[in-house]
Amino acid sequence: MKILVCISKTPDTTSKIAFKDNSTKFEENGVQWIINPYDEWYALVRAIELKEKDASIVIHLITVGGADIEPIIRKALALGGDEAIRVNTTGDDSFYIAAQIAEVAKQGGYNLIFTGKETIDYNSSSVGGIVAGLLDVPFVSLATKFDLAGSTATITREIDGGEETAEVQLPVVVSCAKGVAEQRIPNMRGIMGARTKPLKVVEPAAIEPLTHINSYGLPPAKAGVKLVAADNVAELVRLLHEEAKAI
Amino acid sequence: MSVLILIDHAEGQIKKASFEVLSYGAAVAQQLGTNAEGLLLGTVQDDLPALGKYGITKLNQVSNEALNAVDALVYAKAIAEAVTLTGATVLVLSHNQTGKAVAAITAAKLTAGLVAGAVDLPDTTNGFVVKKAVFSGKAFANVAITSAIKIISLNPNSYKTMAGEGIAGVSQLNITVAAAAIKVTSVNRVKGEVPLTEAEIVVSGGRGLKGPENWGMVEDLAHVLHAATACSRPVADSGWRPHHEHVGQTGVQVAPNLYIAIGISGAIQHLAGVNRSKHIVVINKDPEAPFFKAADYGIVGDAFDVVPKLTEEIKKLKNS
Ligand SMILES: Cc1cc2nc3c(=O)[nH]c(=O)nc-3n(C[C@H](O)[C@H](O)[C@H](O)COP(=O)(O)OP(=O)(O)OC[C@H]3O[C@@H](n4cnc5c(N)ncnc54)[C@H](O)[C@@H]3O)c2cc1C
Repeated sequence: MKILVCISKTPDTTSKIAFKDNSTKFEENGVQWIINPYDEWYALVRAIELKEKDASIVIHLITVGGADIEPIIRKALALGGDEAIRVNTTGDDSFYIAAQIAEVAKQGGYNLIFTGKETIDYNSSSVGGIVAGLLDVPFVSLATKFDLAGSTATITREIDGGEETAEVQLPVVVSCAKGVAEQRIPNMRGIMGARTKPLKVVEPAAIEPLTHINSYGLPPAKAGVKLVAADNVAELVRLLHEEAKAI
Repeated sequence: MSVLILIDHAEGQIKKASFEVLSYGAAVAQQLGTNAEGLLLGTVQDDLPALGKYGITKLNQVSNEALNAVDALVYAKAIAEAVTLTGATVLVLSHNQTGKAVAAITAAKLTAGLVAGAVDLPDTTNGFVVKKAVFSGKAFANVAITSAIKIISLNPNSYKTMAGEGIAGVSQLNITVAAAAIKVTSVNRVKGEVPLTEAEIVVSGGRGLKGPENWGMVEDLAHVLHAATACSRPVADSGWRPHHEHVGQTGVQVAPNLYIAIGISGAIQHLAGVNRSKHIVVINKDPEAPFFKAADYGIVGDAFDVVPKLTEEIKKLKNS
């Protein structure tokens, strides 16, 4: 049994979001990078939990990025996983990134591919689905529970206004959301061990991106809060009704 | 060269998000000087020709009941085939949970550029550029789609539903639907509540409410407003509220018309999930709470005192 876990880096959740070069590039100066929380807390940890129950499981991590992403992938390896693959390219088009992952996956013979439900920077929720589409294997989005018995996965996923549970035969691509696993903190042994785990670098396949980001912008600043006295709740209701027309 | 719009449904009913994408897709078609058509996979009880009032001239239906359950791969393949059969060059769908399941696979099948989470109409003056929310609502990006077929998934509550006059002609599409590989064993929809991502109004509670036993007043307020309830992350983590109510950078991102935050400090990760809300009301006893900086209206006061009064005042308004 082989599991591939997709790992992306994102700015720390407290990072100031700013842009440079005429708002065409993200200002990386002073930004702390972390493993995308959904990839780490849920996708990776669930794979590790599965391996703890069945030691024959092999976990590969994959990331698409330049050499600067290696500290992030080492951090992920400190949590667990047997080896990592870095596809040596960068991009902001989901199709381009996902197609690179699919190329590697085609050769790896993976039974299970995990992604986080989305990255907290681009929020597209797209890489997993594109990988599944390119490999033509079933895709389960927004999983909140994942169990495995032999080659049957039982997965609970978010649907609009609730959840649904389903069974599917491997191979399958799953995007992992909260609930799939419990967040962990790497221990010293893990951190030391991660240094010697193999990190293979592969060159990208020739793939045409289908989108590109022209520019960025920030939402307009709020005009400022209108405070209403706590003993005058009726005034708040009036404002919401007459001014905001929200109720 | 038409615009094809996916009409999402569940339990025999078209979802509210579908009316938004219909209106949006019709506007895109008008901008491009072409027709807007609907695509319905499966069967619903709604009056289909009446969907013409949202601006579509034609509704393509694949009335195969197997498509009433969403096996993402099977469903996306059917969408891709429908795009090919109708000759559409733009596909529009909602970035709701169904959209998150199927849009990306469809993009792979059609080698189509996808902008997921669009918040505005495309700019077609020079190419095809779509504005989308990024950094969990802290910023937006203008994304150019360069492929021949383009896919846009629209963030819920980002485009106003617009209904006019019109009748759509319904025609059946002949598509062979593959057998589902995913066998659904149970479906659990929260009944009688407004789904969080579709809600016009959201009432949200934080750690300031002290414990799950105090949520009665939050639910009362939500009830009079027909609002959905939400919460901050520590509230969900402590098990005071279910996980699906957790909003923020690592939870659900919402953009209702009105977001009422009660006893929530307004940490940057919380704001990331809610700051696209049109109007924000903050009730917090600490005048220094960071949330006031992101708010439109605020009351500095004790939630246990303010919230029941607010519910009463709204009841008065509704009865007047
Ligand atoms: C990587 C990461 C991701 C995160 N993601 C999220 C996320 O997605 N969503 C999220 O919400 N958080 C997230 N957090 C946590 C976030 O940083 C805050 O800790 C959290 O939002 C605080 O929740 P709170 O406002 O309910 O509680 P607190 O910060 O404890 O605030 C409670 C507030 O209630 C007020 N209060 C107390 N009593 C009363 C009263 N009687 N009446 C009125 N007001 C009262 C207090 O003044 C205070 O402002 C994340 C953190 C990290 C590190």
